[in-house]
Amino acid sequence: MPATFTRHQVEIEKRDTGYGGKPPVDRRPTGGGGGDDNWDSHSSRHGGPRELLIRYRLAVLSGLAGDFVFFAVLVSAFFVRPTAGHIDAGANFVSDWHPIAIPPILWINTAILLLSSLTIEVARRQLFHEIDVMEEWLGLGRPAVRRAAPWLAATILLGGLFLTGQWIAWQQLAAQGLFFATNPNSHFFYLVTGAHAFHLFLGLFALLFALVAIFRLKKVEMRQIALDCTAWFWHAMTLFWIFLFVLLVCYQ
Amino acid sequence: MNARMAGQASAPPALPPRGFLRRRIFTSDHRALAVLYLLLGLAAVTIGTLLSLVIRVHRVWPAVAFPFYGMLRPEDYLAVVTMHGTLMVFFVLTVVPQSAFPNLVLPAQIGADRMAFPRLNAAAFWLTLASLFVLLAAFFVPRGAPISGWTSYPPFSAIPATGPGQGAGMDCWLAAIGLFCIAAVASSANFLATILARRGQGMTFGRLPLTVWSWLASSALTVIAFSTLFAAALMLFADRHFGTSFFIPAGEVISGIPRAGGGGSPMLWLHLFWFFGHPEVYISILPGMGLASALLANFTRRPVPAYRFMVAATLLIGFLGLGVWGHHLFVSGMNPYAGTAFGLTTIAIAVPSSAEVLTWLAMLFRGRMQLTTPMLFTLGFISFFIAGGLTGPILAQPALDAYLHNTFFVVAHFHLVMAMAGVFSVFAGIYYWYPLLTERLMNQTLGKAHFWISLIAAYGTFFPMHFAGLAGEPRHYAQLAGPIESFPSLIPVERGITFAALTLATAQLIFFFNVIYSARHGVRAGGNPWRATTHEWCPDAHPITRGEPYAYGPESGPEKDFLPQWESATPAPSQFGAREYPSGLKPE
Repeated sequence: MPATFTRHQVEIEKRDTGYGGKPPVDRRPTGGGGGDDNWDSHSSRHGGPRELLIRYRLAVLSGLAGDFVFFAVLVSAFFVRPTAGHIDAGANFVSDWHPIAIPPILWINTAILLLSSLTIEVARRQLFHEIDVMEEWLGLGRPAVRRAAPWLAATILLGGLFLTGQWIAWQQLAAQGLFFATNPNSHFFYLVTGAHAFHLFLGLFALLFALVAIFRLKKVEMRQIALDCTAWFWHAMTLFWIFLFVLLVCYQ
Repeated sequence: MNARMAGQASAPPALPPRGFLRRRIFTSDHRALAVLYLLLGLAAVTIGTLLSLVIRVHRVWPAVAFPFYGMLRPEDYLAVVTMHGTLMVFFVLTVVPQSAFPNLVLPAQIGADRMAFPRLNAAAFWLTLASLFVLLAAFFVPRGAPISGWTSYPPFSAIPATGPGQGAGMDCWLAAIGLFCIAAVASSANFLATILARRGQGMTFGRLPLTVWSWLASSALTVIAFSTLFAAALMLFADRHFGTSFFIPAGEVISGIPRAGGGGSPMLWLHLFWFFGHPEVYISILPGMGLASALLANFTRRPVPAYRFMVAATLLIGFLGLGVWGHHLFVSGMNPYAGTAFGLTTIAIAVPSSAEVLTWLAMLFRGRMQLTTPMLFTLGFISFFIAGGLTGPILAQPALDAYLHNTFFVVAHFHLVMAMAGVFSVFAGIYYWYPLLTERLMNQTLGKAHFWISLIAAYGTFFPMHFAGLAGEPRHYAQLAGPIESFPSLIPVERGITFAALTLATAQLIFFFNVIYSARHGVRAGGNPWRATTHEWCPDAHPITRGEPYAYGPESGPEKDFLPQWESATPAPSQFGAREYPSGLKPE
């Protein structure tokens, strides 16, 4: 059975153990949680309904942890580089760090990216909506996929718009004569926005893959995984972008 | 909600594919990948060892011409040192403990039949292999291999004009490192997901073998450290090719020609590199520490005392390992106050490390020791870990390090604590797990000969380097003798070191012979030759875990002195499932 968001309280049946309220003591090695947490009665190879999903999420999160470190390292250069000036003969601190004006289009891009994160979250939640998912699981049509697909398509569109916007921002900077190699700050600007755009470019492929996958994959669980992992990747990219954008706007 | 339905949804187990290539090479089977990783490590260690012999011979006989090459120029010497370090650190000390061994036993030890992401795992191997080829290609590109050391400090590494090998060779190095980083992060993501979410029935966190805990810690470190290195390598690449100056300082003069531009900070590279480099030490040694605990329990036939404490120490070493990188930078112009802080964190990491060592010693004390080959190599590991580790707190003092940093004392320190301890734990692992691959034991006599010669020769090689270092002999010098002898009184010591190194390298031929010979003629191992408790020795592919990982000792049962994890201490469960119901009160 696939994982779902449960909207109603599950009633836990309390059974009389026949001991006058006192639970029987089980001295065999159990899962450690006591009570019914007995690993011996779990199935080993297929686990619970969420196990496969959790496994994929863990791998994606591990990769994203690495990605976060990657961006943090690039940012460390941003903090170190301005301090790497020297003191000239007149005892003046000379630095070649010249702040650049952020192209205003980046504000629009930021809004677009935030919106895309919202749309993919809506799409993701459709695939966990219990009633629809149960219908899909029982083979009674594909209501969840049909609901998710437009939101996913909207995300792809917004992602494409964001990348186009970034491209325009680079063009605007280039028109001002600021290229990758122009000055230390432009190195940094192009490097972080470029690295981020490359991630989103891969993310667009992942979104396209997820869009195809939710129609083509036979298992409900795998459809959920395809969209869920893409969504977490996309959210992380939005988060990284906000981090980078705040840095570019406020800390030059 | 029931498991049977979920079971039906998944595909039936596929039959193993036929044909050697499909089974052994182009496969996502973790055992086959482990063999491939071991062969890759073997190739790298062979080349790396030959390069180290070139270093040793050149240091004492600089006039000797090498076959197929001729005289070694100073820049060739630096290229050899660079490639030796890179091969050994990345492709031996990382690949074998952190990639080959987990592929060999990690799924089995947690009661799983395969990795969480077998194809990702296989892709990581092929990327690692590609990385090795790209690195070795540096020998054959115009102007040869890079010469800026395995740490590739800028501006040397950032400006191609600074020397031969700093052009195409350095680019090969950077490309190889980039590929290796991607592979390492991918395989570690797979290990993390496997350990956290693919544990078999009954394998709670409290029952994980200590090796698995080590791989958990080292995989988390790998994700962080290698991502750092990747970003740093990317910036260095941009400095070399796209006109940036992240790491190139202003006012560089190369071969008398002033260089325009710059203004970056080489210190930034040092910080970033060692933020990778120091966790890397723990990535390669933590699996060895976990293995030492497991093997000591196995061969002293007593449980690991304070299991939870050992787990905590392992995780603490991993965590603190992220905060000590600055002790590599004491003499590089870092703020002295920062030096004091990093000295303190370095002393702090000695605490959990010593706790582990003391636990091992406590296990040896009055343990019923069985001196099998894997046990001998484990004792060798502990010996080197202590011998090399003791100089750690010395080098962690900024004041002492100021004198010792650029001397052979540091070479002695890290070759003992990282290289020899790491390699001895690798040998322990290979001798111990060999029956898993061949169903035969490795020859004990040859193994013991290999151990004793290696132990004595390794100490003979690396221990005198302390004295050379204390006498002030600098590292990175191409030659000691020659027209002007810099340290004539040290030449006998150096010569002795070279003889010991040659002996050490030759002794490994015994190991190679043993590996090949025992595959055919070794003693049949049977199911569980070491009478071990962890799941890699379980005959069942889907074992249920029923107990602690290291249940050794006479209290385990009347007939035998150990209780495997797949056996229950109490009689088989009754037909009523988990709970014991008194008669007449059966549940429906």
